[in-house]
Amino acid sequence: MAIDILMPALSPTMETGTLAKWMVAVGDTVRSGDVIAEIETDKATMEVEAVDDGTLANIMVDAGTDGVAVGTPIARLAEDGETVEHVAAAPAAAVPQAAPARPAGPETEAVASAPQSKAPQPVTPSPAPSVVTSNGSSDTGRIFASPLARRIAAERGVDLAALSGSGPHGRILRRDIEAAGMVAAAPAVASRAATAPAAQGDSRVEPNSQMRKIIAARLQESKATAPHFYLTVDCEIDDLLAARRQMNDRAPEGVKISVNDLIIRAAAMALIKVPKANASWEGDNTRLFTHADIAMAVAVEGGLVTPVIWAAEQKGLAEIASISRDLATRARDGKLAPEEFSGGSFTISNLGMYGVREFAAVINPPQGAILAVGAGEQRPVVHYGQLAVATVMTVTLSADHRVVDGAVGAEWLQAFKGYIEAPVTMLL
Amino acid sequence: MATETSFDLVVVGGGPGGYVAAIRASQLKMKVALVEREHLGGICLNWGCIPTKALLRAAELRHSIDEMQEFGITVSGEVSIDLPAVVRRSRKVAGRLSAGVQHLLKKNKVTVFDDLATLGARRGDLREVRLAGGATLTAKHVILATGARARSLPGIEPDGKTILTYREAMVPETMPKSLVIIGSGAIGAEFASFYLDMGVEVTLIEAMDRILPVEDAEISDFVQKAFVKRGMKVVTGARLASLKPSASGVTASFEGGIQPVIAERAIMAVGITGNSESLGLEGTKVKIDRGHIVTDGYGATGEPGVYAIGDVTGPPWLAHKASHEGIICVEKIAGEAGVHTIADGSVPGCTYCRPQVASVGMTEAAAIEAGHKVRVGRFPMLANGKAIALGDDQGLIKTVFDAATGELLGAHMVGPEVTELIQGYAIARTLEATEAELIQTIFPHPTLSEAMHESVLDAYGRAIHF
Repeated sequence: MAIDILMPALSPTMETGTLAKWMVAVGDTVRSGDVIAEIETDKATMEVEAVDDGTLANIMVDAGTDGVAVGTPIARLAEDGETVEHVAAAPAAAVPQAAPARPAGPETEAVASAPQSKAPQPVTPSPAPSVVTSNGSSDTGRIFASPLARRIAAERGVDLAALSGSGPHGRILRRDIEAAGMVAAAPAVASRAATAPAAQGDSRVEPNSQMRKIIAARLQESKATAPHFYLTVDCEIDDLLAARRQMNDRAPEGVKISVNDLIIRAAAMALIKVPKANASWEGDNTRLFTHADIAMAVAVEGGLVTPVIWAAEQKGLAEIASISRDLATRARDGKLAPEEFSGGSFTISNLGMYGVREFAAVINPPQGAILAVGAGEQRPVVHYGQLAVATVMTVTLSADHRVVDGAVGAEWLQAFKGYIEAPVTMLL
Repeated sequence: MATETSFDLVVVGGGPGGYVAAIRASQLKMKVALVEREHLGGICLNWGCIPTKALLRAAELRHSIDEMQEFGITVSGEVSIDLPAVVRRSRKVAGRLSAGVQHLLKKNKVTVFDDLATLGARRGDLREVRLAGGATLTAKHVILATGARARSLPGIEPDGKTILTYREAMVPETMPKSLVIIGSGAIGAEFASFYLDMGVEVTLIEAMDRILPVEDAEISDFVQKAFVKRGMKVVTGARLASLKPSASGVTASFEGGIQPVIAERAIMAVGITGNSESLGLEGTKVKIDRGHIVTDGYGATGEPGVYAIGDVTGPPWLAHKASHEGIICVEKIAGEAGVHTIADGSVPGCTYCRPQVASVGMTEAAAIEAGHKVRVGRFPMLANGKAIALGDDQGLIKTVFDAATGELLGAHMVGPEVTELIQGYAIARTLEATEAELIQTIFPHPTLSEAMHESVLDAYGRAIHF
């Protein structure tokens, strides 16, 4: 396949440029990284590097040509096994797939990442002033806080006036906002402890059950050996809830599909769509699972177990609903066979029923990832610039970075969110 | 003089960590002693940062003679380098600063012992420090700031003649015809640049896939291209198998199919290891991990009253990090309010090769890895008026912002005087400025620093001059 080399954009605003000089001639062998031409704008002259190997078959724009539009084919490379004559004669591709030439040095990424046609959308350029002015509780009425702290506080709805800063002269810094988030959670724990009518410092010792010890050992191993990273995404589930209602209204007697069943189905399909996320680290090798064997975390007396729905991607929603209910019931009764709760390629942990908004789960080793599902709750959202109310469910993927990279995890979440937000696609 | 032996604080090691800690402690009204075995100012001042900058300045001047014609200046006659004089000046610079440290310590009433110290027994809440000269000091607090030394690779013993460490590389008596440098971190890259400018054939070897591997990949790539353009040979992804003296100097062989490199001399620049031995730490609760003393963020070790700062506690091995740790440690001991550990990504790094490199915070790849959605700005020096006027327009300033909060996650610079520019971004990070404050700041024209502004503008699609 012949490769067209296009006029590169040397800056986000460049539309045309002058092709100053060719550094190679037709018939020359070009290797990726070779400087092939020099291009001038009103500001600078820059070198253009080849990004592919090949033989220069044709020069379409002569040296010295002014006003060459960005994206215009300027030359063509013949790849290995192609004759230069044949390639030179072929018509130029109207819309080349990707700009195969890039300017040398600094501009490499700017071409791809710079906003071209769309207007740039900077994040809110100034901190929300209401946060500052409405709570002027200090003596002078002025709150000293870093710009970053102000912005994060505004986003999280943290009242700066209620905080004391840890920076120089009490300036509020980002870490103070983050600490405030943690403190907010603390009183609940404290008040629970306070209700116990125990003497100060009183406690009792309970022997650890075998299950407790296994949970401790496995999760400790997981946290110690699997480098966890966490990706969080909000899913709007109004359509999912509507679809579920419709399904249950029309379902045969005895079939009731839960939101969790839909989550299992979506997760399974996402694992098949993004197979790299369906993997497990084995030292010298990485195991890639063929099926989405989904383990679901079930809380039981004294701990939790993770029964598995094997090849969940091949099962319909009704089947998933009946299997998951059966597994959960028997798990709570302690009647699962060992093979029913060992293995699996991926785990889902759902604490939504406890009203947990979002959390990060510890990976169930040797699996590569776990999805932590929070409660679906009504939250303000912005649709096309308008404030609206939607039912939002926040999910967090914990992934083992040895097998799942950030981009793969993100891709998986994107797929998952896609199924959840457009539940019809799950039925395909 | 009847020497006092009882102190509030004894600092072991007079490098940029130790002497700064001693002065800060004195400011906080502690009675302080400092024990230094060799020379005040430590490696940084005597065998590191400072003398190499003196050498690199000579190389830069030599290089600028080649460019005179472009500026309309004709230099006639032979240009020659008096190597002993170049080295002599470098030593003189180091000597002057070392004497300066001595003066500062005296001014701050720090008692200095030219001696070798080991940690002694604990007596109540006091700790003994034994000096090789016979004296025993006692103090409530002891800070170990003993620094680090060049690390080698297994089976390779630098002999100081054909296989050198930074120490011999800094005081060459003759210039070799050819030189192979193992390791392309800051030290390797600076020596490579210096010797290349002095007319030596230089081959720079790096085991990782790019030189200056801690820098942003684009910056590494930029420097590598600049080096190659100047005539340096750069071999990356090359794991050294052996380095053996041969008839013509040394032969470096590599794993895999990489061609061996023959050179007259070699410099080992593969990192450094902490001076944690022979300090009397055996039997104490001080923990040592791969040659480095383990501390919390405030310099505390497992042993009560014993602290460690700087290179002996591990990377990044930077003088300014050691100084800052010294101050944090002393202020914590003194019970000062508002003392915080060094925040992640707040230690800038500078490399003084040509072109210079400077950075602070996360690389683009690290930011993405950490889960940030990023906005990246780039601005080339070739669009900066001052750089063009200087005749030094090769460079790049790259900024990485968190797309959600506008936090400046990292800044990465290569080009003229960027080591002097990076503090601007470091201040922005400390003040927790967002892109909005950086954009609103007026940068003076014409300066190299305008490129810093433009890089931020570019991250938000607003660059004016490119």
